[in-house]
Amino acid sequence: MTDSVNRGLSKPAAPTRRRLGFPVGQAPADAPRRRRRFSVLTRRDKLLLGLMVGVPTAIHVFFIWIPTIASGILSFTSWNGIGLDRIKFIGLKNYTDLFSGVYPPFWPAIQHNLIWLAVFLFIATPIGIFLAVLLDKEIRGTRVYQSAIYLPVVLSLAIVGFIWQLIYSPDQGLINSLLGTAGTAKAVDWFGNRNVNLWAILVAASWRHIGYIMVLYLAGLKSVDPGLREAASIDGASERQTFFRVVFPVLAPINIVVLVITVIESLRAFDLVFITNRGLNGLELLSVLVTNNIIGEASRVGFGSALAMILLIVSVGPIIYYLTRSLRADAE
Amino acid sequence: MADLRSSRGPDHPAVARRPRRTAARFLVIGVSLALIAAACGGGASQAPASHPPASQPEASLTPTGAAPLGDVTIGSNYSDQVPKDAFAAMLNYCATQTTATPKINTVEHGAFQDSLNSYLQGTPDDVFTWFAGYRMRFFAAQGLATDISDVWATAGSNYTDAFKQASTGDDGKQYFIPMYNYPWVVIYRKSLFAEKGYTVPTTWAEFKTLAAKIQADGLVPLAFADKDGWPAMGTFDILNMRQNGYKFHIDLMAGKEKWTDSRVKDVFNLWKELLPFTQPNALGRTWQEGAQSMINKEAAMYFLGTFAGEQATDPAVHDDLDFFPFPVLGNQWDSELAIDAPIDGLMLSKAPKNPEGAKALLACVATGPAQLEFLKTSPNNVAAAKDADTSGYSPFQKKMAEIIGKSGAIAQFLDRDTRPDFAGGNAMQGFLQTFLNDPNQNLDTFLGTIQSFYDSLPPQ
Repeated sequence: MTDSVNRGLSKPAAPTRRRLGFPVGQAPADAPRRRRRFSVLTRRDKLLLGLMVGVPTAIHVFFIWIPTIASGILSFTSWNGIGLDRIKFIGLKNYTDLFSGVYPPFWPAIQHNLIWLAVFLFIATPIGIFLAVLLDKEIRGTRVYQSAIYLPVVLSLAIVGFIWQLIYSPDQGLINSLLGTAGTAKAVDWFGNRNVNLWAILVAASWRHIGYIMVLYLAGLKSVDPGLREAASIDGASERQTFFRVVFPVLAPINIVVLVITVIESLRAFDLVFITNRGLNGLELLSVLVTNNIIGEASRVGFGSALAMILLIVSVGPIIYYLTRSLRADAE
Repeated sequence: MADLRSSRGPDHPAVARRPRRTAARFLVIGVSLALIAAACGGGASQAPASHPPASQPEASLTPTGAAPLGDVTIGSNYSDQVPKDAFAAMLNYCATQTTATPKINTVEHGAFQDSLNSYLQGTPDDVFTWFAGYRMRFFAAQGLATDISDVWATAGSNYTDAFKQASTGDDGKQYFIPMYNYPWVVIYRKSLFAEKGYTVPTTWAEFKTLAAKIQADGLVPLAFADKDGWPAMGTFDILNMRQNGYKFHIDLMAGKEKWTDSRVKDVFNLWKELLPFTQPNALGRTWQEGAQSMINKEAAMYFLGTFAGEQATDPAVHDDLDFFPFPVLGNQWDSELAIDAPIDGLMLSKAPKNPEGAKALLACVATGPAQLEFLKTSPNNVAAAKDADTSGYSPFQKKMAEIIGKSGAIAQFLDRDTRPDFAGGNAMQGFLQTFLNDPNQNLDTFLGTIQSFYDSLPPQ
């Protein structure tokens, strides 16, 4: 670990490497004195560095770690938000209530989050990558396509929700009007029928996600050394082989970013669903359940915290896994 | 900034301009930070205290001889323009009737409701706007409101027993001054009924016969919408009160009766009789769309609060609207005629700074003339006080008053009559949608789920 860090730093300051503040195996007794005497950092530098590291750390601890730990503690309590003295520790009850099905929306929410993740991972993200590869070919009107596909990302989510409302509405919606079923009993209630509404909303969410991935990947593709492609084509590789054997592996860092973003985006999915129907009727998601329980009059702070902890564990798991793997791969 | 500028001298334009630009930049940053702070942490707990009063009545006419009662702060959730003006008009009137000076602090409606918990625990205004029912009793029981039985001792004669009942806390004392209410009724268009020869049904059998006739005419008998989760609660309320009476309904809401009771099952079976006549795809439709289909004569009737009339923006169409109380089932509760007629009003916070002034204002609000001041600006409701002069009412309002007057008991609406963590988004709203999604599911299992959820809530 220190090795990889030192490797970067040692180049510009090779002679003073030992005195930089990274004790690399020297006698610990005289190290501090020697370090102080030969330090390349003045007191001012140290103060500045201390501030630059300390302030963000303090902010991070204050705004991330303290609330997280507080949520963790609250998840073992029952509290209606009135008066700190009313916080009551109830052990694992919140968690057992969740897992035993006393709270009916919980398992559907987990299921919907996983479906969301699968659709993003196996459908939306590959389509985004595919579009990026197509647009990288400099076909005619590539800029028009780029902006058209990226447009949904720029729109505010309230507007995205409204647009899809207009498309899906059973009485006045675009789809039902085109099918000639608008306002009749045969109209498909895209957002109201819980057999289809998750898929309907996933189309809307993917519409946005595809554009996002497309731009990210396109930026990556532009950075690929053209020489690589040339060499591949000289060696007789087909388009498909060039992409999968040469370009895709070269883009490993971008792939990791895209993967992490896809996972995060699908687990924190909230806005579209909340705008559509506040996460009711077949659109339950963990994030919405957290909001519905903590914010608003219900004020089930302890219960909502338990939900939040589950969401935290579910989202942090894969992210840590991919990040450690990618860091290890970098170090090798 | 300012002294930097003056020390260099304003005669040097280049120097003078720069600080000004910086100042502007600071101002922009400051304003955006303030906006962010307001957006993130803008709980009502600080908001009423830090904001200047949104509207202040003109100087009050102090009756000579009495010492003025001073300022009374009022936390208001009337953030929409029409009710906001109406509320200010009413308090302006009361400022002339008493020696107290009301100061209104308006907070956005939804934010007010969501943060009421923390607002009442902090330094709330003397008086605040709220709803009657369980949620009023909840805050009273938490010690977050002051008993105003003394105001009721004099003002009580101005209200019917139903209003008194709705203003009384668990301890038998009054905590609430009603201002106005509106009923949940079956709304229809007079012209459609006249054209097709429909008559207003009063019994369940007549209602179903009429519905079948409407259906045969190719119309939707009863508009229905529950995308937002709460409108279906109104249907449950009325069916439960018609089937089992007001007392059972309120006890069920308060957790004294069980959802697994066979009487609750009867209600859902009754609902199943109604469902073939209601508009399909209700879970994807908002109440506005539902009201619109009734106004457009695609649906003949709509059971909703009279606020459905807001959708009729054309005055001629609004005049064509009429309504009748939900039909009776032919049982012992027929004479009770209980309905949902949510009451809005005022409460006194736990430690008012000016209790005398606040009580004087509340006593004034409890009178008909004060409430009429409110209705003059917002005619979508009817006054709660008996001595309100109803001669100025529109026919729509007169009918509302008549129906409410005939009701033996007034419920507030499911989410005002039960504990908030039970009524909310992923609780009762979700359960009713589960029923509507599959009405033929096993009702015992369904009601068992509701009861076990209720039992999992912490004791209050």
